[in-house]
Amino acid sequence: MAVVELPFPPGAYGVVVVGSGPAGLQAAYELRRRGVDHAVLSADEAPGGMFRTLPIFERLISWTKPEAPYAHGSREYELYDHNSLVADEERCQACMASLMDRTYDVPSRAEMEAGLARFAELAGLRVRYGCRWEATRNDGEGFVLETSDGEYRCRAVVFAVGVTTPWTAPIPGLEHAAHYVDVRRADEYDGRSVFIVGKRNSAFEVANSLLPWARRIVLASPRAIRTDVLGHSPLRTRYLQPLDEHVRGGFGTSIVDASVERIERNADGFRVHTRGTSWDGPLVFDCDDVIAATGFRAPLQDLTRLGVTTVADERIPAQTAFWESVSVPGIYFAGNATLGSPGLRKQGLSSNSGSVNGFRYNARVLVRHLAEKHFDVAPPRPLVEPDQLVSFLLRELATAPELWIQKGYLCRIVNLAADGLRDDGILPLQIFVDEPGPDACAIAVEMAADGTIYPAVYLRARNRVAEHPLSPHPLHDYETEEHRRALSELVDPLLGST
Amino acid sequence: METRASLVDTLAQTSLFADLSRPELEAVAHEFDEEAFAEGQRVLRQGLSGSSLYVILDGAAVVRRDDEEIARLGRGDFFGEISILTEGPPTSDIVAEGVLHCLVIPRPDVERFLLERPRVMLRMLRAEANRLRGMLEWQS
Ligand SMILES: Cc1cc2nc3c(=O)[nH]c(=O)nc-3n(C[C@H](O)[C@H](O)[C@H](O)COP(=O)(O)OP(=O)(O)OC[C@H]3O[C@@H](n4cnc5c(N)ncnc54)[C@H](O)[C@@H]3O)c2cc1C
Repeated sequence: MAVVELPFPPGAYGVVVVGSGPAGLQAAYELRRRGVDHAVLSADEAPGGMFRTLPIFERLISWTKPEAPYAHGSREYELYDHNSLVADEERCQACMASLMDRTYDVPSRAEMEAGLARFAELAGLRVRYGCRWEATRNDGEGFVLETSDGEYRCRAVVFAVGVTTPWTAPIPGLEHAAHYVDVRRADEYDGRSVFIVGKRNSAFEVANSLLPWARRIVLASPRAIRTDVLGHSPLRTRYLQPLDEHVRGGFGTSIVDASVERIERNADGFRVHTRGTSWDGPLVFDCDDVIAATGFRAPLQDLTRLGVTTVADERIPAQTAFWESVSVPGIYFAGNATLGSPGLRKQGLSSNSGSVNGFRYNARVLVRHLAEKHFDVAPPRPLVEPDQLVSFLLRELATAPELWIQKGYLCRIVNLAADGLRDDGILPLQIFVDEPGPDACAIAVEMAADGTIYPAVYLRARNRVAEHPLSPHPLHDYETEEHRRALSELVDPLLGST
Repeated sequence: METRASLVDTLAQTSLFADLSRPELEAVAHEFDEEAFAEGQRVLRQGLSGSSLYVILDGAAVVRRDDEEIARLGRGDFFGEISILTEGPPTSDIVAEGVLHCLVIPRPDVERFLLERPRVMLRMLRAEANRLRGMLEWQS
């Protein structure tokens, strides 16, 4: 056997990234691109993270469309491909597009795993696999990570550890149930009566897959399903058959709004005691199996002891707009865990930070920020010709994947600098409205409470920020004369000063 | 660090939700997010549209209008309701003082949230009445 030399031996680094899922790989790519000294560690043996084993029933909910009006590798194509990581070099771009067997426009788990491995290979990313982060210390100047291979010191650490540790609600008896991650094959539920605790993606994924096998399926959780909201969620793409069956009369499939009070194990299986939330009274179910589709948490090891604040019963670390722990500076997060930085939530709009399409951009912005803040590596801020400003901004509003996928969350900024207008690139909208800075404008794509998508302009003058919504367009074409006129008037004060 | 009470237990101790049953509290905890803010972070922004209703679960916040501190809020207090009920942008900044934990009820959900829970609405109305009385007494 050949001796493989592992990269990144224990020692001191600028930044340590933990994880080799999509977020760890995206962060590793960006750190190398910006020339920041770093190490990447992962407990896994190969790239892909969660997608090496999940989702259980092998089908993603995020699309990759091999055919699109834009060339693979263009920035616009990223809107049609929500599963590839993003890169500068052509050979690393749109990795997923050619791997799709076209049975569906969402990849299988195996296709996704292959796409991430291809990205890692084409980009030549190095990861120290088989290295487990076990404990953490703050040594005054930075952090010490204790791992299965030894100690790593760093100024800043990026945890890209995912959100896949099973989380079970504190329901007496639920410990006897299988968790979503323990479910294996659908045919093992042949002829059985199955009670699923939960009504989110993973509950529906399991229910949908058991439909051809189980005798009876019940899904229960306290909160009612809102069909008006469902239309806007990724769930709509798949897994809605159980809901359909329930709505038509529930022969074999029932979806119940109830809090599960306790679960008893008996000779015949399980007895589940519930109490209604959208209706009054108790309901008792006898069943052969109970599956806890109660969700996941981030594997934070000893971080809460170090002072890292969490939300949702310790499931997610709470983060600032630059994905830094709200309570321990220097600890950053990438990937699924960046849901812990929800942004402005204007009109209740949530980000796509829990899926690859959104967090690939978060990771890029995070590394740009880390590089500048801790390592004096400033990003390029190219000059924008004043007579090009309006066209540039309208084009971004119409096609920038960062703005469209992270609506109301990421924005594009142009600053008024001493030597003219400078493109400050993509940053969190929250940073633009909350942090002081030069006179500037920022643009974002937003969604009103009724679902209307519209372009928004923010202007900062002497550290006061004002917002200006522009008109929506039925085809989201913002490069119209009307938009040009409206935007020109808004940015006129900036242009006047150049 | 002390371990925090579960979200449902924390909600149960919040006066706004004092009349809700355990299953109802669980439904609230399932439906709405908890958010934690860093010291100095803005939660509501004066003049910026589209904010939510926030209920403080832990920590404190200051109310700031035109950069001047006008009030302090603590555990059990709520904010954002004025802007939602009057359909205008917030009239002040709310800024976290130390790490601040809140329950967030997004603007589009607030009306349904209150109509489905009249006891919560009544408690909110009482709190508003007390605030109003406080202001009137202070002005006279
Ligand atoms: C059931 C399910 C289905 C999903 N479906 C989709 C989907 O269709 N599309 C989509 O975009 N998103 C989906 N998601 C969201 C999904 O979590 C992410 O897209 C993605 O995999 C998260 O990437 P990540 O890099 O944050 O973490 P992960 O992919 O979970 O990777 C975490 C990495 O951290 C490493 N790690 C963890 N702890 C340690 C440690 N102590 N020491 C060393 N290494 C460690 C792991 O080994 C792994 O390499 C789904 C999530 C779930 C739970």
